[in-house]
Amino acid sequence: MTIPSTVRIQREPFDAAAEAARLTRGRTDIGAVVTFAGICRGAEGSEPIAALTLEHYPGMAEAEIERHVQEAIERWPLLGVTVIHRHGRITPGEDIVLVITASSHREAAFAAAEFLMDYLKTRAPFWKQVEKAGEKTWVEAKATDDAAVERWTVPGRHAAE
Amino acid sequence: MKLRYFAWVRERIGKPEEDLEVPAGVATVGDLIQWLSSRGEEYAYAFENPKVIRAAIDRTHVKAQTPIVGAGEIAFFPPMTGG
Repeated sequence: MTIPSTVRIQREPFDAAAEAARLTRGRTDIGAVVTFAGICRGAEGSEPIAALTLEHYPGMAEAEIERHVQEAIERWPLLGVTVIHRHGRITPGEDIVLVITASSHREAAFAAAEFLMDYLKTRAPFWKQVEKAGEKTWVEAKATDDAAVERWTVPGRHAAE
Repeated sequence: MKLRYFAWVRERIGKPEEDLEVPAGVATVGDLIQWLSSRGEEYAYAFENPKVIRAAIDRTHVKAQTPIVGAGEIAFFPPMTGG
């Protein structure tokens, strides 16, 4: 059975509620939907953030996310997956990324959503630039994100490469 | 061979992409980084810490030891910070 999956890279905002409704509409086998939205914060510690600008590698970004969506579908009994990642300039309070996973039960939906987010953080070709006090700097990769993705590694499987 | 650069690698080199004739003997992604570094200050600056540089061949992540033979497009970029 083909699991409905959607991967989109776009500049425009998305409607998380409408995307979740689209996955469940007309279905009675789905018992759990996890919706995760990553949102641009207005400050980092005490420093206000004016905006984030996300650069991406067109073509590769879609392919990488699609590959990890397929891996999630192989690993968990999912009934639907949607991933939307924005690029361009995003101001505080705006959505950056959306991951929706649907399953019969919550365990698979939660786990797959976390797996996909951990992969997006470290393996999807996106780079964030932060604007603070009129200066733009590239966000540095976090060791905690690398550690988070490590926990999904299956021995003998090289999904991360 | 088409080379593409992203984020601060792109900024340091000063261009998003270019077509270069890569000399024979440049066999791996690591060799290519070393050869590019010798092409000028901007490249040396971009690749000053080769350990942090990530690479993709034809839009798939690769390692420094990956051979570049047959590659259409090679991209270099910093660690990813999406999500």
